[in-house]
Amino acid sequence: MIDRRDYPLIAALAGGVLVMLVLSLAWGDSAVSLPSALRDLMAGRHSVGAIIVGQLRLPRAILGVSIGAALGLCGAVMQGYLRNPLADPGLLGVSGGAALGAVLVFYTGLAGVSALLLPAGGLMGALLAVLLLLGLVGQGGTLVLLLAGAALSSFAAALTAMAMNLMPSPYAAYEVMRWVMGSLTDRTLTDVSISLPGTVAGCLLMLTTARALDALALGDEVAESMGFRLRGLSGVQTRVVVGAAVAIGSCVAVSGAIGFVGLVVPHLLRPLTGHQPSRLLLPSALGGALLLLVADAAVRLLSGATEIQIGVLTALIGAPVFFRRVIAMRRSQA
Amino acid sequence: MTGLVARGLTLSLDGRTVLHEACVAVAPGEVVGVIGPNGAGKSTLLRVLSGIQPADAGEVMLEGRALAGMTPGDRARRLSFLPQEGEPPPPMRIEDLVALGRLPHRAARDGARDRAAVECALAETGLLDLRDRPASQLSGGERARLRLARALAVEAPYLLADEPVAALDPAHALAVMASFARLARAGMGVAVVLHDLTLAGRFCHRLVLMRDGRVVAQGRPAEILTDGAMRAVYGVTVRRVGDAVVPWSLTDGRADDERTGS
Repeated sequence: MIDRRDYPLIAALAGGVLVMLVLSLAWGDSAVSLPSALRDLMAGRHSVGAIIVGQLRLPRAILGVSIGAALGLCGAVMQGYLRNPLADPGLLGVSGGAALGAVLVFYTGLAGVSALLLPAGGLMGALLAVLLLLGLVGQGGTLVLLLAGAALSSFAAALTAMAMNLMPSPYAAYEVMRWVMGSLTDRTLTDVSISLPGTVAGCLLMLTTARALDALALGDEVAESMGFRLRGLSGVQTRVVVGAAVAIGSCVAVSGAIGFVGLVVPHLLRPLTGHQPSRLLLPSALGGALLLLVADAAVRLLSGATEIQIGVLTALIGAPVFFRRVIAMRRSQA
Repeated sequence: MTGLVARGLTLSLDGRTVLHEACVAVAPGEVVGVIGPNGAGKSTLLRVLSGIQPADAGEVMLEGRALAGMTPGDRARRLSFLPQEGEPPPPMRIEDLVALGRLPHRAARDGARDRAAVECALAETGLLDLRDRPASQLSGGERARLRLARALAVEAPYLLADEPVAALDPAHALAVMASFARLARAGMGVAVVLHDLTLAGRFCHRLVLMRDGRVVAQGRPAEILTDGAMRAVYGVTVRRVGDAVVPWSLTDGRADDERTGS
């Protein structure tokens, strides 16, 4: 899965993630000495620095890395599995399900009861969506998967819009809208503990498909003849769908829907990894983490009285990449 | 028992019987041509022989072991399958794509052996000079050679190729068939679906003639490519150039015109 030729790229991306991680912990509205805050944190001393770094900046940084990595990896896996460079994690309808679950928590007013209920609603929504998806797809192939995902996404989006439409107070509707746009602000270590296990488990499951994704580049029949089971309980399709759903559901449940990372990052890195699906996985995870940390830093830098949502920013970064791609494609076809 | 031996293969798909009690054998060192009209069940037979399509009845034995009882990896190391051309290849380097043929051997982690297999496959298909080119830049003929190289890199003792020369010009088609002949001399068992009766007659040791999911005849090319069989199965009359058979006109006369003068 890790090719010697990709070492420089992986090292550069990992270095970038590390730098942004340190920056994310060290930089903020309050001037805090990072080394002393970390020392206090390790020693269990409740200094102001330890609280700011440990309870505000650390969760945000961890979520930036884990959610960005999950989105990047998931995009690479989906694009490899579907052999479509436009595939992204949102395609399965799982993000939509998670968003709907969380919005229903807002709608019913449960969000005010406990902070835990919001991510729990998101997780439930994602879980329900993936069960529906697996039931709909059955032994069907990639086209059935895409259609089922599209149907689920639009249905979840319609229900989400309806919930917002019927929301009792405009303030609640505004809250929901902000949540749906995605954010890492004010997340706590509890959010991390809700999101991280599923994210890691989903990513590990997706990574087991690396060799199969390479074989699939040669077509379904060749992959099967080379010993890879595509359908069925332990088949590649189930591992891709369940892995992506668990990871993305766990992410959306705490951060809201963050678009474009899963689409753009694999797209940008593919030419640098020889267009080989397995070689794209780790760089895409690192690239996703880097992009989200950079976007989060930009959020903090650019936000004035009203915070710019990180999902808006990733889309603002992502869309021009596509404009460039469209122009390049048009030139190559001219 | 040596070889790849199938007995009584029967398969229905969507309520239609696509294979009916088909029996076929491929021994090491021979090229077996599978011929017959479109829809005769040739590709389905190959898919069942490769193990990716289970049959409703009958069995496939590979060197005395039931194919159905083998692990997918075990099967993949013994049978290499080259399906009809589907989607165009991804723009990966040619050498990297051919190296994917080593995926069934990944557990062995023998880098030197993998490299040697890829080198051999590139040499056999004449792709050594193109190894660094992206596959997306290849012509149709080069793509066919690339697909064959990937199948050869598996180093399986049996190769099942479905219409590998369908889209090729005469030179490329002859080169691919000559490859099969060379591989058979080296001990490989090759089953190849062909529409070109001239190539089938020239390069195959034995032919399997199919129609409507049944194997209607098998034997040496001279025994199979008879005027009677060609008329009965394909509905064509043939002319002979040396040992080669050339389809000449339809038995109902529709292909006749003044230019051919028949």
